[in-house]
Amino acid sequence: MAAPWVSLRLVAPMWNGTRGIHRLGGAVVPEGNQKKERKMLQFLNNHFYDVEALRGYLLQREMSKVHLKNRSFTWLEEQHGPYSAGAFFILKQGGAVKFRDKEWIRPDKYGHFSPEFWNFREVPVEAVDASDCEINYEGLDNLLLLKELQSLSLQRCPHVDDWCLSRLYPLVDSLQELSLAGCPRVSERGLACLHHLQNLRRLDISDLPAVSNPGLTQILVEEMLPNCQVVGVDWAEGLKLGPEEQPQDTASPVPA
Amino acid sequence: MIRRVLPHGLGRGLLTRRPGTRRGGFSLDWDGKVSEIKKKIKSILPGTPCDVLPDTSHLPPEHSDVVIVGGGVLGLSVAYWLKQLENRRGGMRVLVVERDHTYSQASTGLSVGGICQQFSLPENIQLSLFSASFLRNINEYLAVTNAPPLDLQFNPSGYLLLASEKDAAAMESNVKVQKQEGAKVCLMSPDQLRNKFPWINTEGVALASYGMENEGWFDPWCLLHGLRQKLTSMGVFFCQGEVTRFVTSSQRMMTTDDEMVTLKSIHEVHVKMDHSLEYQPVECAIVINAAGAWSAQIAALAGIGKGPPGTLQGTKLPVEPRKRYVYVWHCPQGPGLETPLVADTSGAYFRREGLGSNYLGGRSPAEEEEPDPANLEVDHDFFQEKVWPHLALRVPAFETLKVQTAWAGYYDYNTFDQNGVVGPHPLVVNMYFATGFSGHGLQQAPGVGRAVAEMILEGSFQTIDLSPFLFNRFYLGEKTHENNIM
Repeated sequence: MAAPWVSLRLVAPMWNGTRGIHRLGGAVVPEGNQKKERKMLQFLNNHFYDVEALRGYLLQREMSKVHLKNRSFTWLEEQHGPYSAGAFFILKQGGAVKFRDKEWIRPDKYGHFSPEFWNFREVPVEAVDASDCEINYEGLDNLLLLKELQSLSLQRCPHVDDWCLSRLYPLVDSLQELSLAGCPRVSERGLACLHHLQNLRRLDISDLPAVSNPGLTQILVEEMLPNCQVVGVDWAEGLKLGPEEQPQDTASPVPA
Repeated sequence: MIRRVLPHGLGRGLLTRRPGTRRGGFSLDWDGKVSEIKKKIKSILPGTPCDVLPDTSHLPPEHSDVVIVGGGVLGLSVAYWLKQLENRRGGMRVLVVERDHTYSQASTGLSVGGICQQFSLPENIQLSLFSASFLRNINEYLAVTNAPPLDLQFNPSGYLLLASEKDAAAMESNVKVQKQEGAKVCLMSPDQLRNKFPWINTEGVALASYGMENEGWFDPWCLLHGLRQKLTSMGVFFCQGEVTRFVTSSQRMMTTDDEMVTLKSIHEVHVKMDHSLEYQPVECAIVINAAGAWSAQIAALAGIGKGPPGTLQGTKLPVEPRKRYVYVWHCPQGPGLETPLVADTSGAYFRREGLGSNYLGGRSPAEEEEPDPANLEVDHDFFQEKVWPHLALRVPAFETLKVQTAWAGYYDYNTFDQNGVVGPHPLVVNMYFATGFSGHGLQQAPGVGRAVAEMILEGSFQTIDLSPFLFNRFYLGEKTHENNIM
């Protein structure tokens, strides 16, 4: 087991719960009122063509919004260099960026961020906090411009899936810390292609709902990346207690 | 006594003695009477199935613009793209005829499910790249409102092809072509191989090519199910039956070289129902042959190949079923989670299956050892003698493995050059082929489906030019040979 790795990420993650649910499709079970609304909507959908067409149109619109957010910034890359272009992409999505020897740049609640990073042409980006961002496979084009990235956090990103993980191998030389906690679409099949990242020292795979067997997956990932500290799942989770270890409900008998 | 007085018209059920009612007094059994009356009224009212007209819901429609013979992944892909690319919504009536709705012998379901771009032909690489992007965005392409998103269980672990000394030069040039077309493949020396995959024995390996992105394996049933669901929502008709006859009309025409040719066109397809002599003639404009391993029979029904050998009329469709075995074994000390689909120099291949140290693989037999394709029985001796030694040589951990299960499936094997047949037939003008992919049909299905749909709707291939895959090459003798076939 490697020595505990000191994280570069000094900023606490901000949880934006509601934004996640609507993007998950059928993955999250809605409760109470939401369930009744869903049933009503399904009934209308099955009986009226108009409702079906409208829903289809709204779905297409959602998807094209995500595509627009993940477009390629090649012009920016030519003008300002790869690091600034990549940083702009992350900041526009709502994530935070840390250039080498500089402070974290983070957009405020209105989405505005300071334009000072346009001057950092030659300064590589060290750490990216893309939690809750809507990055998908195409958006990784922009993220992979940051060739010397050391710490990447993709926590709770709703569109990051196994395909995206297979694209991370160009960062093999520099990436030391990766966090995938809470991503709803990442499964153990995507984690298998992280074996390219041999310089990885800290990997966070906690709370992945799509992984079928978290304890076993953790063990297999640890075997795959021997120099990496894999955080996330308690390996005993999912193991059943043996018969002699079952918790006793009855009070211990008082000796007569 | 009183029971006999009851009106007879209310059915015989009331007059039978029931055990509980024998005891004194009489019970009119109101509940039974009321339900009988309700049933009678329901059967008379309109809008309910009644026995006056026979039920024809299992028969296909009498007219259809396009009839697709074969409901596997290729046939469904063609149907999908036809509906997707048609100019007007609902403009084309498409009928998919599938003989076996359980898909028990269909190549799609029995497939290992791999997708890779490591081919030597640029067209194959393009098809595979497009299919990878189709599978990646499958929830956009096959979105159905109210249905849950599809989970293809895709493992992006890549393919690792090993080459011996004599194949190393060919592999190098193939990788160059692949990189040019945009596939992410890299070459590895034996040392690098040992570094990356310590469980491999590099004896006899001169070079290896490793696919890093867009390669791996997935669940073909999920794709099939997703396509069927989407097609049903787009209004495609499905029918379970067998095509037994094509009714054609011919026209004799003069070519520019002053030769007489007979051009045929199919205007009716006879679809016979299972376990019955009943058949339905379907008038159609276009027929698509996507019957996989049985495509040659469908082509023969249309008269393809009936003529003196050596002429265009006498050129048969050279697709025949070839049986291939897949074995599943358990090996607790086997390669880890990062294992790609490894294809050995001897032709044996294997991949991981799931988290529990299970692997599956097989090997293509040599020409002389081809098993009899009459049935799908598995030959376990083949594994013992022809597959296991090569696997154990390549991965020493596989010396102690235990076979759990095995199955067999058909390749729609193109005996001419092991590449697919796409596009129209020169003489039967409205039959289009989408078959003969010899083990690659699943991974090229989305691309091929789109190509055939473009050919039908626009008249030529628009996105990927599949002219090397047309039927003419069988007559002209031009092989489009593919080097990397497993």
